[in-house]
Amino acid sequence: MVCEMETDQIEEMDVEVLSSMWPEDVGTEADKQFNVEKPAGDLDTLKEVTIEEKPTIADLTRLPDLLNSTHQGTSQLTNLVKQWEYMQDNAVRLLREELKILNRQREEAEAKELKIIEDYKFESNEPENVPVLDETSDLFRKFRQKKRDALVDSKRIEIDEEFDTVAYWKQKALSLEKMLEASTERERRLVEKLHESLKTMESHAAPVQELTQNLNRAEGFLHFILQNAPIVMGHQDKDLRYLFIYNKYPSLREQDILGKTDVEIFHGGGVKESEDFKREVLEKGKASKREITFTTDLFGSKTFLIYVEPVYNKAGEKIGINYMGMEVTDQVVKREKMAKLREDNAVRKAMESELNKTIHITEETMRAKEMLATMSHEIRSPLSGVVGMAEILSTTKLDKEQRQLLNVMISSGDLVLQLINDILDLSKVESGVMKLEATKFRPREVVKHVLQTAAASLKKSLTLEGNITDDVPIEVVGDVLRIRQILTNLISNAIKFTHDGHVGIKLQVISEPSFARDNALNADAEVDNGLTETSVWIRCDVYDTGIGIPENALPCLFKKYMQASADHARKYGGTGLGLAICKQLVELMGGQLTVTSRVNEGSTFTFILPYKVATSDDYSDDQDEFSDMTDHQSEPDDTTEGYFQFKPLLGSIYSNGGPVIGNGFLPHKVMLTTSPIKLINGFVADHSNNTGQSEMVQVENGGYVDETKLETSSGHCPESAHQYENGNGRCFSKESESCSSSQASSEGGTLEMESELTVSSQREEEKAETNLTEPSKPKILLVEDNKINIMVAKSMMKQLGHTMDIANNGVEAINAINRSSYDLVLMDVCMPVLDGLKATRLIRSYEESGNWNAAIEAGVDKEILENEQVCVRSTNRLPIIAMTANTLAESSEECYANGMDSFISKPVTLQKLRECLQQYLH
Amino acid sequence: MNTIVVAQLQRQFQDYMVSLYQQGYLDNQFTELRKLQDEGSPDFVAEVVSLFFDDCAKLINDMSISLERPDHVDFKQVDSGVHQLKGSSSSVGARRVKNVCIAFKECCDVQNREGCLRCLQQVDYEYKMLKTKLQDLFNLEQQILQAGGTIPQVDIN
Repeated sequence: MVCEMETDQIEEMDVEVLSSMWPEDVGTEADKQFNVEKPAGDLDTLKEVTIEEKPTIADLTRLPDLLNSTHQGTSQLTNLVKQWEYMQDNAVRLLREELKILNRQREEAEAKELKIIEDYKFESNEPENVPVLDETSDLFRKFRQKKRDALVDSKRIEIDEEFDTVAYWKQKALSLEKMLEASTERERRLVEKLHESLKTMESHAAPVQELTQNLNRAEGFLHFILQNAPIVMGHQDKDLRYLFIYNKYPSLREQDILGKTDVEIFHGGGVKESEDFKREVLEKGKASKREITFTTDLFGSKTFLIYVEPVYNKAGEKIGINYMGMEVTDQVVKREKMAKLREDNAVRKAMESELNKTIHITEETMRAKEMLATMSHEIRSPLSGVVGMAEILSTTKLDKEQRQLLNVMISSGDLVLQLINDILDLSKVESGVMKLEATKFRPREVVKHVLQTAAASLKKSLTLEGNITDDVPIEVVGDVLRIRQILTNLISNAIKFTHDGHVGIKLQVISEPSFARDNALNADAEVDNGLTETSVWIRCDVYDTGIGIPENALPCLFKKYMQASADHARKYGGTGLGLAICKQLVELMGGQLTVTSRVNEGSTFTFILPYKVATSDDYSDDQDEFSDMTDHQSEPDDTTEGYFQFKPLLGSIYSNGGPVIGNGFLPHKVMLTTSPIKLINGFVADHSNNTGQSEMVQVENGGYVDETKLETSSGHCPESAHQYENGNGRCFSKESESCSSSQASSEGGTLEMESELTVSSQREEEKAETNLTEPSKPKILLVEDNKINIMVAKSMMKQLGHTMDIANNGVEAINAINRSSYDLVLMDVCMPVLDGLKATRLIRSYEESGNWNAAIEAGVDKEILENEQVCVRSTNRLPIIAMTANTLAESSEECYANGMDSFISKPVTLQKLRECLQQYLH
Repeated sequence: MNTIVVAQLQRQFQDYMVSLYQQGYLDNQFTELRKLQDEGSPDFVAEVVSLFFDDCAKLINDMSISLERPDHVDFKQVDSGVHQLKGSSSSVGARRVKNVCIAFKECCDVQNREGCLRCLQQVDYEYKMLKTKLQDLFNLEQQILQAGGTIPQVDIN
């Protein structure tokens, strides 16, 4: 094998000859490596070793040219020559040294000869008889001495015979002859050696042979190194035509490559680039490296790391390039993978930190919102007190100026209250606490009520109108409270920004809007076919002929705390939250709120909402439902009336400018008489007797009928009838005084007229006559165990014009509710026997199931419940208001979770109670 | 002559009232109560308050019995008493009593008998204190009425 041969050669070599170029023991070591590290399965590559010449494709005619003409070639040759010269020098030096030694030996031998001759010459002479002045003799003596010291050592000629006898001389002559012989022998050997040396010198003297050997070694080593290296090496001339190429895995034949350029050989991506790169190097004259990815038909997609250096001739002119390429496809892939991983990591980290930031911000926001909500809640209570007191103050005798001041105070207070309520509403919606309720309601009624309420407090000459198309169902299911809130808000907005003309609400059924179709594919939206549980989309327009909204203000219209312009904010006031709340509420209910407007012509706010249509079976007991729903309303509504109009009425009522409170239940205030309290659990507050008024007995269901008959027969003013019926005229003036100033200034009878439907009042009365279940006033149940609390609450109720039934604990409450029908329950949470939360749950369960099984299971007296099945029950949801001692949020959560509708924090104040009644007694 | 007396009494009443608020005996809920008093129920506040004090006496008595035996305290019963008392005091605006009740309830929640006893004493003291103060106040009111004057509006704050 070549390599072995090579290594042998290398081992044999003199150290100084090749040490500069090749490591001394590289061969053996490499050999070991070769043996150890070669994987067993890679035997094929071992075979490659034998094809030592194959990978190289070289233009043999031009290679010597190249070697002679380029620096690289020259330097290599020079190097080899130098080595050879050095070697020759060394050999010469060695020979010279040897020659010197031989000369010296010869000299010595001659000297010895001379001495022997002398000895013979002066045989008889004493050795001491050497002429002292004779230079040569002196020299000889010295030489002799030296010689003796150096060469002949201390060998003395031992002569046993007596001095100067014949025998003695004979002996001496013999020994001298022997020495001469030895010397002659030595000389002969030296001459032999000299000849030998000369011969070896001759053999060394062939420089070409030496060079060839070295070249062979170098080439062999290169092969050894390169045989498995995945590299391509080559030389290209100025025109980038290959003159020489070495390729480990040649795929092209010699004639395919030599004399051609890259472009001529390959086609595909990267070829041009590499060609350009080579040219660039050639031009710049600076070696450089580059990674180029080739995509060729020949070997697919591979990335090469290419090193290109320019080649100069001796005159310093560029004559071409040397080029070396190594395939690094795998490495590049790995590197790219790593880079991608690193990039992914960085991105993930960035996202993570971003997320953390967002979470942090969200938490902060939540906290801020919570705080805002809590604060708002805390501010609301004292503020309600302020406003409430101001309102009460306004009922006392005041002069004109005081009244004006007070009105400002009240309206400011109302504004702040509204703002806080809005904030609470908003934070409720945003935090997802706001729960929507599904109750049956009549859109026509809602529209009418909203308009009616708005008309009552109207201070402008505006016409309010409602228009409902016939296809709108009589009853739909939705969160009527919220819808009413939205409508009220939009209407009051419209009125605020409209100075003359009209403001109205228009309701019509539309087909399912596109946004909803996208959102809810599962929603079965079969409009208008009257099937059970279908939903219907109703579009509600609230339009006005007001100042309109400039186009550029439209985008921020629904943003919080934003108004169309600062000017408007100053001029018209308001919190800037109303529309934001409306939008959020509408969206919460799955609808959409939009606005169109033209400056100075008016605006139209449109909201589209889905409603469930009440099942058609329900129409059978419709009348009962209706009577229950409206049993606290002053006049029954026409279920099918599609058009309402409220014409401007500028009576004396507005001159005072006082706030109008609770228009929704004006008549109740007026009709309050005494303090008719039915006590269920034996607790009798005796203070009512102090007033000297007769205590009214709890009116049972049957009683309502009679009363209503009396009422309706007395004419078109049920309130006054009610007063007569109670036989207490004094009470009227007193109670009206405790109401708002606007009411106080007008008669109870005319009051109704002013805010009354001009179209249908006559019809309603007829209806009232026929609908005998029309009740006189709302029935309220207070569930409370604390006597003092009862007393205070009762007194407050009285002031607000209502009477209450009392239950002392949850069980009593259930019994009371079972016995008669209530419109509102005020429920203490913490009570003995059965607490308010449990009681509410049981009541809700009864409403759902129609039986008290849950209550009976819970231990409420079965007898009582079963005995009381006679009364006509409403399956409507009974509003239950919690009265909680702690105002903490979780407590209210608990209330809602247990089916309560709202809560009042204790201690109960007049204002809180008033607000609650306003909200829940329509 | 009479008007001067009335004016004096009225001022005295007002000052006294304000001092009760300032010293924290009363809070706004008492104002609420006073709002509820009208011709229909001229003695409403006095009635409610006296009912409250009776209630206090009874509840405190019950609680002291419950707390009597060191090893056998029925905290549940005490708790319900405190709850009642807290509700009532909050309802009439007896601020100091209510505040003690809050502390009392906390002691009760952790079943701290010593603390409960301390609170009980305090509550006893506070309600009696308030009772005397309010009696004075009502006496003043009576005097004003007898002198032919009207009870003045008192502006707290």
